[in-house]
Amino acid sequence: MNHHMPAPPKRDWTIVVLCLLLTALAVASFCSLPLKLREFFTLEAIGSMAELLAGFAPPDLSLPFLQKTAWATIETLAMSALGSLLAALAGLALALPAGGRFGRPVRAVTRGLLNVLRSIPELVWASILLIAAGLGPFGGTLALAAHTAGVLGRLFADALENAAPLPEQTLRTNGAGAMSAFFYATLPQTLPQMLSYTLYRWENNIRAAAVLGVVGAGGLGQMLKYHLSLFQMQQAATVIVAMLLLVALVDGASYGLRRALTR
Amino acid sequence: MTEAAVNPATSLHHPDPAWRGRVAAFVIAIIVLWPMLVISEFKPWILFDAQSLQAAGRFLADFLTPAHSTEFLSMLAEQTWQTIAIATAGLTMAMVGAIPATLIINRRLSISRLGTGRMQPLAALLRQVARWLLVVLRSVPELVWALIFVRIIGLGPTAGVLAIALTYSGMLGKVYAEILESSDAHATETLLRNGAGRLATFLYGALPEAAAELVSYTIYRWECAIRGSVVMGFVGAGGLGQRMDESMKMLAGAEVSSMLLVFVALVALADQVSKILRRRLG
Repeated sequence: MNHHMPAPPKRDWTIVVLCLLLTALAVASFCSLPLKLREFFTLEAIGSMAELLAGFAPPDLSLPFLQKTAWATIETLAMSALGSLLAALAGLALALPAGGRFGRPVRAVTRGLLNVLRSIPELVWASILLIAAGLGPFGGTLALAAHTAGVLGRLFADALENAAPLPEQTLRTNGAGAMSAFFYATLPQTLPQMLSYTLYRWENNIRAAAVLGVVGAGGLGQMLKYHLSLFQMQQAATVIVAMLLLVALVDGASYGLRRALTR
Repeated sequence: MTEAAVNPATSLHHPDPAWRGRVAAFVIAIIVLWPMLVISEFKPWILFDAQSLQAAGRFLADFLTPAHSTEFLSMLAEQTWQTIAIATAGLTMAMVGAIPATLIINRRLSISRLGTGRMQPLAALLRQVARWLLVVLRSVPELVWALIFVRIIGLGPTAGVLAIALTYSGMLGKVYAEILESSDAHATETLLRNGAGRLATFLYGALPEAAAELVSYTIYRWECAIRGSVVMGFVGAGGLGQRMDESMKMLAGAEVSSMLLVFVALVALADQVSKILRRRLG
């Protein structure tokens, strides 16, 4: 019976080599980093860490502090909403050249610009923009807008390129101007898709805005950084709980909306 | 609305039949937008006052010639390696946490579920507790973990490694379990019903079905961890980010510029490597 069995598949040595390389990378990482893990796991360190963590409880629930946290939450929401809106506008403006409306060279240059905008994370944008905009939520808003404009611009440009070209061509051949042909034929076709991309990015931006403040860009993150650096653990705990609630709320709302809309 | 009532002729002949709705939407948008502009201290003109223009201008002018002294470049290479090492070590530790967690929360590997389809209360409780633990681990943003660890153990890569380890073990644990539960249940079921142990069932039944997807998700997460470890450097968790933050504070535009170039190249490289690895291993 045994010799009727099919031959085992050939061993692919490249996979073995790749796995070995990955293992080597992991080992090299652990060896080269000045990790303080050993002293981290001594009895003494665990004791002092437990003490520090115990400092987080109970969260500061006094009314004035809660009001302050609520205000920072609203600030976070406003930053994310405004940042997403600016990003959508800038994204649309950049999507026109990136969608190939002004020739191939312009398209390539704009796509390159969008790539740069996108590949720099919000937090790095924030710390760059703080130089010009100063501390506070304004810099954070601009940072969110800069990164998201890169993401949305690319998505919008793809949407415009994929839209059916005939309606706009028909308007043009019948004498409509370039602007009105775009606004009444191509834009309405792609608008629902753009809107859903923008809402999705807004959801991401709320999460990003919550932590953006740690470089000084306003909102809950700035509060967290402030209280942690003063070792005011109970206040920090309140802020962390507020962050978690905000994210959970956004996740719940987006899940519910998605289900309601797709049903 | 009132305009249309006063002068119906213009609205009848207006080229855009939906103009009233558009105007109304515009007005509502302004009303909603106004408080947001106030709250987020939206003052674009401060970008253009003389002082900030000068600071930003000098900073940006430095950007044009990225710093490239040998000393700086060797520091940059070292920090770049540290960033990769933080991501890799963090992800390895995350896997060490995530794999046992996956084995615990996986419903398919429940023996008491066999037959009746209902788990023992104790087993169900244990799974739920483990699931909640993973939710907590992954819903605290990695940056917040990094901040907390920097407070506890001080500046340096250890905080970054631990932050990645905690957040990513939450994510990996959940997604591993989802991948394993969504693959074909036939082999697992048969093995368990015929008396195989849980671990043997996992290794011979569930794992071969899902291995490719598990590997490819892990590699994707490694790519994310590299980006994350740069960002975490900004709160003092070591690597390229920490150096970038320092240079930024000194307004050393040339240094920031070469670091940004290295960062963009690093992310692109990780993207390519991850693509190749996923194609070969996934």
